[in-house]
Parts: sequence; C-alpha cells; structure tokens
Amino acid sequence: MASGYKLLDPNHIDPQFGKASPGKIAMWIFLVTDAMSFSGFLIAYAILRSSKQWPVPAEHLGIALSGFATFLLVCSSVSMVLSIDACRLKKRQSMLNWLLVTIIGGVIFLGIQVYEYQHLVHIGISLSEFAQGNNLFASTFFMVTGFHGLHVLTGVIYLICEYKNAFEGKYDNGDYRNLEVLGLFWHFVDLVWILVFTFIYLL
Amino acid sequence: MTYAHGKHAAPTTFLSKYVFSYDHKVIGKQFLWYGIFFLGVGGMMALLIRWTLAFPGEAFPVLGNLLFPHTNGIVPPDTYSMLFTLHGTIMIFFAITPILIGAFGNYCIPLMIGARDMAFPLFNMLSFHIAVISGALLLGSLFTPMGGAAGGWTSYPTLSTLVGSPGAGQTLWCLSIFVLGVSSTMGAVNYITTVICFRAPGMGYFDMPLTIWGLWLTAILNAIFLPVLGAGVILLTFDRVFGTTFFLAGAAATSGSGDPILFQHVFWIFGHPEVYILILPAWGMVSDFLSFFARKPAFGAKATALSMTTITILSTLVYGHHMFTTQMSPLLTQTFMTLTMTISIPSAILFANWLGTLYKGSIRFDSPMLFSMGVVFVFGLGGLTGLYLGTVSTDLYLHDTYFVVGHFHYTMAASVLLGGYAGTYFWFPKMFGRMMDETLAKIHFWITMIGLNGVFMGMMVVGFAGMHRRLYNPFVYEFLEKLIPINKFITYSALLMGVGQLPFVWNFVYSLYKGKKAPANPWEVGTLEWTIPSPPIHYNFEEIPTVRCGPHEFGNPKLTNGRDFQYQTEELVE
Repeated sequence: MASGYKLLDPNHIDPQFGKASPGKIAMWIFLVTDAMSFSGFLIAYAILRSSKQWPVPAEHLGIALSGFATFLLVCSSVSMVLSIDACRLKKRQSMLNWLLVTIIGGVIFLGIQVYEYQHLVHIGISLSEFAQGNNLFASTFFMVTGFHGLHVLTGVIYLICEYKNAFEGKYDNGDYRNLEVLGLFWHFVDLVWILVFTFIYLL
Repeated sequence: MTYAHGKHAAPTTFLSKYVFSYDHKVIGKQFLWYGIFFLGVGGMMALLIRWTLAFPGEAFPVLGNLLFPHTNGIVPPDTYSMLFTLHGTIMIFFAITPILIGAFGNYCIPLMIGARDMAFPLFNMLSFHIAVISGALLLGSLFTPMGGAAGGWTSYPTLSTLVGSPGAGQTLWCLSIFVLGVSSTMGAVNYITTVICFRAPGMGYFDMPLTIWGLWLTAILNAIFLPVLGAGVILLTFDRVFGTTFFLAGAAATSGSGDPILFQHVFWIFGHPEVYILILPAWGMVSDFLSFFARKPAFGAKATALSMTTITILSTLVYGHHMFTTQMSPLLTQTFMTLTMTISIPSAILFANWLGTLYKGSIRFDSPMLFSMGVVFVFGLGGLTGLYLGTVSTDLYLHDTYFVVGHFHYTMAASVLLGGYAGTYFWFPKMFGRMMDETLAKIHFWITMIGLNGVFMGMMVVGFAGMHRRLYNPFVYEFLEKLIPINKFITYSALLMGVGQLPFVWNFVYSLYKGKKAPANPWEVGTLEWTIPSPPIHYNFEEIPTVRCGPHEFGNPKLTNGRDFQYQTEELVE
C-alpha cells in the first residue's frame, strides 16, 4: 500500500498538500470546539472527584471488557487510515473493505457499551444511584462515557454515509478529501476515548 | 458539500428567497429582524423592572392590568425575578448576539473580504433556523405553569436547581441556551473558515477591515468557549430532570452531594470570554468607522488588530474575577486580579488608537460617526469602572451591587447597542438600497445617549451607595430608603431612552419602503462592499475582486482623481 510514494521526491509531492479544503479546516475547528465540550465535562469531573470521597474506579467498572473496547477503537482508526490510503491508490475494493471494517469496529464498540451499561445498572450503578458510595461517581461516569458514546454513534452514521458515497463510486478517482475529513473526526473520537478511558476507568 | 465558489441558482419562490435562503445577505437580514424583535421584548422587560424599582407597589401604567390581572397591575415578586432573568438572557443571547454577530457577521464578512457567500451556506441557513427554535423554547417557557426561568441570567445553583426553581421554565431555559449554543458554534465555524479560505486574492490578514478582525476573533472565542457552557447546562438539565446531583449540596441533595460552585466555574469559563464575544464586533466596527468618517487612515490599524487579538487571548485567563466572593484562595484571587489588570494594556492601546484616528481628522458627523463616538465615550467609562471590580479589595464591597449592573451595562449594553446602531445606519443603504433619514437618526442618537447615561450612571451611584441587585423592593431596608428619588431618576431616564427608540423604528420601517434611493457608495468609503451596487446582486461580485491596498486609504495628498479615498481594488498612489 505504500508502493511508489516517496516523500522526498519533488515530483511525487502530494498535489493536495498545503491546500486544505474549507471542509477540512472547518472540521479541525469543529474538533477544537468539540474538545472544549469534552473539557467542560472533564473539568466538572476533575473538580468533583478531587473534592469528594471517591471510590477506586477499577473496583466497580470492568477494566477487561472496556480495555478490549479501547483496543477495538484504536484498530478501527488504523483501518480508517488504510481505507484512505487505498482510496488514494485508487484501489476501490480495498477502500470499501477497510471502511466496512471501521464501521464494524464502531458498531461493536457501541454494542459493548450498551452491554456494559446494562450490566452496571443490574449491579446498582445507574445515572443517579451508586449503592456503595457517592452517586457522583456513577453520574459522572454515565455523563462522560455517554457523551462519548453519542460521538461514536455520530461517527458510525457518518461512516455509513461515506460508505454509501464510496460504494456509488464517488471516490474511485482517488479524491480522498472527504474520507480524510471523516478520518479526522473518527481519530478524534478515538483519541478522546483514550483520555476518557484513562481518567474514568484507570486512574 | 457546497462551497461558496460553486454557484447555487438565484431563488425564485417566496419560501426559498426569504425563509429557506442560502444567501448570506438574506440570512443576515433574518438575524437582524430576529434580534430587533427580541431587543424590543427585552427592552419592555427592562421598563417593567425599572418601574418596580422606582414605584414599588404601584401598578404599571397602561399595560399593567393586562399583564398582571391578579395583582391589579403590580409586578409580583416572582414575576420580577423572572423579568430580570429573562431580560439578561434575551438581551445577551437573543438580541446582541443575533444583531452584532448573526446579522453583521453574515452580511459583512463575505462582502468585505470579497467572497460570493459563506463557506457553508447550508450550515449558515440551519444556524438561523436553530436560533429560531431556541427563541421559541425561551418564549414558550413564559407560558409554563410556573413561568419562565427566575434564577438570574447566570442561573447559579441552588437558585436554578429543582429546589430554587421547581417549574419547567428553568429546564426550558437550559435547553434553549444549549440549542442556541449549537446555532452559534455552527455560525462560528463557518465564519472562521470563510475568513481563512475565501479572502479575495491579494487580501492579507492585515488588509482586512477591522470589522472583520472583530467578527473573526469573536467567532474564534465563540467556537472555543460556548461548548463549555453547553456542557454546564447539560449537567444542570440532568440535575433537574434525571435526579443527578452535580450541583446540589446540603439539604438540596437527597443522595450524594455535588458542588454548587462548580457551575460558577463552568459558567464563567465561558462567561468572561462571552463579554468579549459581545464587544469585539462593536470594537472592530468602531475602529473602522472612526477612520472612515474622520477621513484619515486608522491610526495604528495593525496595533489595533493585534491588541484585539491580545485581549481575546487574555480574556480566556481571567474568569475568576467573577468569583472573588466564593471563598477562593487568596493565591488564586491575586493571580486573577493581576491577569485582569493586564487586559488594561491592550485596551489602552486600542483606545489610544481610536483617539489617534480622530486627532486632526476632517470629521464628518454623520449618524454612524455619532454613534461610534458615543461608543468611545461609554466604553471609556465602562472600561474604567471595570478596574474597581477586577480588584479584589474593592470588589468585595461592590460585588452584586448595582455598581456591577451599571458597569456591565456601560460595556455590554451601551457600547454594544450604540455600536449596533452605528452598524445599522452604516450598512442600511447597502442592505436595503435606501438611505435612512439623517435628522431622525441624530435625534435618535442624542435621546439614546442622554437616556442611557442617565440610567447607567445612576445605577453606578446607587450601587456605590450599597443597593444590591435583584432585590424586589430594596427600600424595605432603611438605609436604602433615601435612594428612591435617584431610582426614580433612573426610571425616567429609562423611559426617555425607550421613547428615544421610536424615531429609530419609524426611520427603519419608513426608509425600507420610502427612503431615498442609495447610491453604490453613499459614505465614500473604499472597502469592497462599496465597490458593488446597493443592494448587491445575487452572488455579490460579478468577478472576484483583486485587493491592492488596505481598507483605510484616506486623505492621500497625491490622489488626483478628485476623491479623498481609494478603493481597495486600486493600486496605492505613492
């Protein structure tokens, strides 16, 4: 997939380099915006956690399952990159396959999250209740992961829309710009999850 | 995605032309009408508040019996709280934001940078429609069983929790602000992208008119900080609807306990930049207008742009000065105080540049200029009184008094209102192709100027005397009884100011239909929007112009074409 693409050869410089499309710039700005909304929640989480009695998260939340979900989300970021690269090299089938892998990764992640929520509610951890201590532990957990879950859901819908476009042959000419913008969003969702996973589950 | 360089056809039906329009000019006008409507609503609320403070226990004249039949026309205490809450909310989020940012931002950015439309016309249209939904939610909250939100525009818990405001009004307030945040961020992302990508060839960032600088910096602050408020009001909504306790403590919390002060942090992380979000567009416009009507290049235009940028950056670091009385550690209060004081440096540069622009100019006292000079005056007063509130020792005394109310009305209400009027008078000919009446405009200016100074100066005086804000009847306290006469004076000034808006409304509506036809360039100004006919054609520019000089090229003695200014499309005469 990296065939024939020499970075330093002036004749092979990416013609799109340095000419970001308005869509790409807007996506970057939106990501800053979205990062700030996550920081709003995370600041609230940090202040509440630092000033209250707080349980050790690992004792109440399953690390193994969510660790697997994290691994899955990181892998789906890789498949997203592979799809973009396949598009650039005009390998239609490979592009579609990797895009599908990404979608499946996102869907499984959401499935795990739903299962996890159900399990937690079953053992007495819900949005407004936490039997073994301060219910803010449960509330912040559901707010932050729920807000992230909404982003994954948005990302999956976005992915499906672009899959439809790709399937209809709109990107067969090697124009990967729209997929790249999608990729930016998907990587952001992935990156934020790594932070959320660290702050909410591990620390 | 549709970008501005791909043309969409001119609309033909009424709906596609005036309601579902992609055209930035129409969306700008939609925001203008929306803002003017809410300005009227918020202004009426202000008069009700003022009446209650000057004549406690007396029926509001004319409309009183209609609005409050159960109390024989007297404003009831709970309604009074609702009034000041919604007055603040409406004026900030539904009047100033749509007029200064929505209307002028949408209308001026593409025209002044030589673009055919915004980067994302679809998002632009949606941002207006979402703003309408938000306005409907807020107005709808008035008709819920317990009335609208009544916890102050800042909605601090515990006032805004289920204990303080049990009705649905506060929940609707939260949702309305959240929805408005979505609309504003959409607009902001659009503005930033448009300025980055669609400046006409030859136009560097420092060749942009300062209006665009102001709007652009505003959009950046909006994009960064509105989401934080969004997160805050979502948490508050969850507290109210789903039984969480993020902001509940003590007896208010049935299980677990959160932190009411937390909301203040989240609110002011957004709230302080919001102050600059509101004032930056007005600063930009005034910086331009002073140069346009003094027929002189803007003094230190680059420094003006850079000090606006510096203020934008500093404004993100000072929010703690709103919270000096929340038992913050002295280390933090001192830090926030010092950072707050550093804002004076770029502000002083900006102000000195304004005066430098006026100095030895051939000033034309047209209405936009009068209003701009009004901004210079009231902003000077507002800025100076801010120093007392940014300093810990004086703030501890002045916090939550009418001094604060007077201060922020000078900076946010008076400056922004006058700036908005300056912009309206200035761009009306371009927007609607007709001139507004100058005599009425000048009458409007002087009545407004006298009225608002009476109101806000009076507020600072009573605040210094110790009158707290948000009291239904402050005169139940003996030491405040002597303030009744000055409160009456404030109310009379407010009535005068209210009456003073009638010439504007008449002028606006009359000129729309019967005004003198406007020439392409009535103010003899060289920025790009004045190189095209008034009103501009669909798609603004037949050909995208090439920019060859800055926006403030006035009074060059080497000019030989009989004009004292140059268009930005002309080569600089040297």
